[in-house]
Amino acid sequence: MGDRLTTSTLLVTEEDEKKHEIIRAKGEGKELTKEEKQRLRKEKKQHKKNKKDDRGPPEKEKEKEKASVPAPSKPATQSPAHKAAPVPVNASASESPVAAEKPAKSKAELRAERRARQDSERASKQGKKEGGQQSTSSKPKATPNELQPVVKRLPDHVQVDDPVALKKLAKKLERQQKSGQGCSLNITGVKVPLRSDYGYKVSLFSHLHQYSRKNPPTQQISIPVTVIHPSIVRLGLQYSQGIIAGSNARSVALLHAFKQVIQDYSTPPNEELSRDLVNKLSPYISFLSQCRPLSASMGNAIKYIKKEISNIPSQCKEEEAKRILQECIDSYINEKIILASEAISKYAIEKISDGDVILVYGCSSLVNHILCEAFEKQRKFRVIVVDSRPRLEGREALRRLVKKGIRCTYVLISALSYILPEVSKVFLGAHALLANGYVMSRVGTSQIALVAKAYNVPVLVCCETYKFCERVQTDSFVSNELDDPDDLIVTRNGKTHLENWQTVKSLGLLNLVYDVTPPDFVDLVITDLGMIPCTSVPVVLRVKNVDQ
Amino acid sequence: NVDKNKLVEYFRAQIREDPDVASAVAAIRSLLEFLKRDQSETILGLRENMTKAIQRLEETDSSVAVSSGGELFLRFISLTSLEHPDLSQCKNVMIERGELFLKKISLSRGKVGKLCHTFIKDGAKILTHSSSRVVLKVLENAAADNKRFTVYVTESQPDSAGKLMAQKLHNLNIPVTVVLDAAVGYIMEKVDLVIVGAEGVVESGGVINKIGTYQMAVCSKAHNKPFYVVAESFKFVRLYPLNQQDVPDRFKYKADILKTVKDLNQEHPMIDYTPPSLITLLFTDLGVLTPSAVSDELIKLYL
Repeated sequence: MGDRLTTSTLLVTEEDEKKHEIIRAKGEGKELTKEEKQRLRKEKKQHKKNKKDDRGPPEKEKEKEKASVPAPSKPATQSPAHKAAPVPVNASASESPVAAEKPAKSKAELRAERRARQDSERASKQGKKEGGQQSTSSKPKATPNELQPVVKRLPDHVQVDDPVALKKLAKKLERQQKSGQGCSLNITGVKVPLRSDYGYKVSLFSHLHQYSRKNPPTQQISIPVTVIHPSIVRLGLQYSQGIIAGSNARSVALLHAFKQVIQDYSTPPNEELSRDLVNKLSPYISFLSQCRPLSASMGNAIKYIKKEISNIPSQCKEEEAKRILQECIDSYINEKIILASEAISKYAIEKISDGDVILVYGCSSLVNHILCEAFEKQRKFRVIVVDSRPRLEGREALRRLVKKGIRCTYVLISALSYILPEVSKVFLGAHALLANGYVMSRVGTSQIALVAKAYNVPVLVCCETYKFCERVQTDSFVSNELDDPDDLIVTRNGKTHLENWQTVKSLGLLNLVYDVTPPDFVDLVITDLGMIPCTSVPVVLRVKNVDQ
Repeated sequence: NVDKNKLVEYFRAQIREDPDVASAVAAIRSLLEFLKRDQSETILGLRENMTKAIQRLEETDSSVAVSSGGELFLRFISLTSLEHPDLSQCKNVMIERGELFLKKISLSRGKVGKLCHTFIKDGAKILTHSSSRVVLKVLENAAADNKRFTVYVTESQPDSAGKLMAQKLHNLNIPVTVVLDAAVGYIMEKVDLVIVGAEGVVESGGVINKIGTYQMAVCSKAHNKPFYVVAESFKFVRLYPLNQQDVPDRFKYKADILKTVKDLNQEHPMIDYTPPSLITLLFTDLGVLTPSAVSDELIKLYL
């Protein structure tokens, strides 16, 4: 009994607190109504979860019942407040799962409890705002637009050495299989495949995935029975085997595959196209990121598509909606990629003067396009193509330029400081431009920019605006991509010295894909919006956000 | 073409009457007069005439400021709703906006002076280059604030503009010394800060100014002295030079030389480009900016 008295006194003080907070909260007006809406949505979700947890331990319910008995006997002024009694007790308890509701409780009680839970959550939020040490168990998931600063969760692809994160990812992939299917098909053992890492990883990069090309994720799927659309499966295979490579190529292939998906899609009964299609796309995206981590440009394209889909008005008929979406995708490709490259060529050609010696690295579709256009406009220049192992993409660029008739020289990246005194300009492509002005591009780019700076040669980066991303990165370690280490095994005259590298315990092979160049080494960025200094990337992002 | 000659006459008259006015302001005044007297029947025709007029003025005075001022003027007056069916009404709207623009920029030099003079401390030794009316205004404001400072001016050949500046400063009772262009490295250890004007501010945040500015900037960087640039906002221009030779030829040489001389390699350029990495701060009527913020302002002005 004594315990109950102390808990009831606790409850009284909490009540008063809540009263004040409720009054304060009502006074705060609009801001909180949005929060309330969010909370209502969360309520619904939790409600669903509760129904599952209903078959949970009955003991807790008994405890609550006992707790709720002394509550009504109190001379409380607010009736919902005292029904809040069982809830804060639970909330302040340990990480117990959400307050389970007995199905036998009456509707009024349920409603009251819900309201009380809202109030308590609001109270706990106020407490957080005031910097109080309240328990965070009442808000297990962090909302993205909370008022106070929230620790952002790390993306899954950089938590490979954390077993908890890996388990979460595996569960998420399983769930996506189920959510896509609905309840009709009951298939066990078939899910969005979770690729396993291959080989020893260098410790600095152990937080990243490293896959082998000999084990494509498509081996684990059987086509007719899978939830994943076959064109997506094909795309994933093309990505993982390196058949489609290069930022623009990957994005365009992705958009075309999505067009096919939308074409074959049919809205299930009692579902809205705008919501269901977005849910259908999630397992596809997970599968593709298992095949090869998504690039920044692909991420932006996906965001755009999801936005367009959710903007489809609900009274739109299916055929009409599909047509609209196909058109949206076509116009995105046209505007952001094709027309953008035309605009960039126009600006870049102003910077190419007669007699120039231009250095390019690897194979960037945009830079190749610029050089071909400039050559057609009768500019006299010659090109030096720098290449590096193991991808040797420079050979493709060399092939394209020589076919046009441009005079080219080909060197490997180790000869860079030998060739740079001849060079008048360096043109580089980019995989993404980060919000702090850093340029993320193929590994070796920052090396070229560094040496060019030392020789005072201007470095120009060409990048479309759809590759600008909000991320910030200052080094190449935190987020990168590890390619198949077996690519580094050289065959020279039939001898491979590194063939059995896995047997040597002290040996690790590192095949990085990207690196990050600081803005001090880049003189100019040419985008479809014009020529900007590298430090103005956040301005462009801001202007774009205003446009949207 | 008769109109164009009259325009040039008007422009030259403006500069003669008021030697203190910025060349861009004089150009804009002339353009406004031209607009008032223009006889074209359509808005498109009007714009074409204005563009040609600006080109004609650029041929007279090849400084970057005239080019940038003219372009900004044209943008400012046309960036408004010209939906009136009556052409004369549209013209009136444009003229109104032109007057507004002119009024704004006439005040900009004063604004810059007010912003910058607080950076000059008592007892400071200042180095400046050639003759800039904006720097003069800044120093005037500082002197009026009862600050004591000394100024070193470079001679600035080939036109000895530095001597003119020294004379003007002498008239303001500011102690001034003229130094040779070659003595910049020698004098840098004595000075506390460097203030220069600008003919044009480019997209990267760098400046185009009288030849010798780049040298001064490199020296001041080597000695860790702050290098300040004072410029009005109408000097912001949509150029992006990568290095010295990337600056277009039409700005490098004086207008009459461009017309008469065949081989420009024998001529000395009148301006050079100072990259943004050497500049500490820019004082403009839009505020005190770092070089990377210039691009931000340019995007706002031009987009």
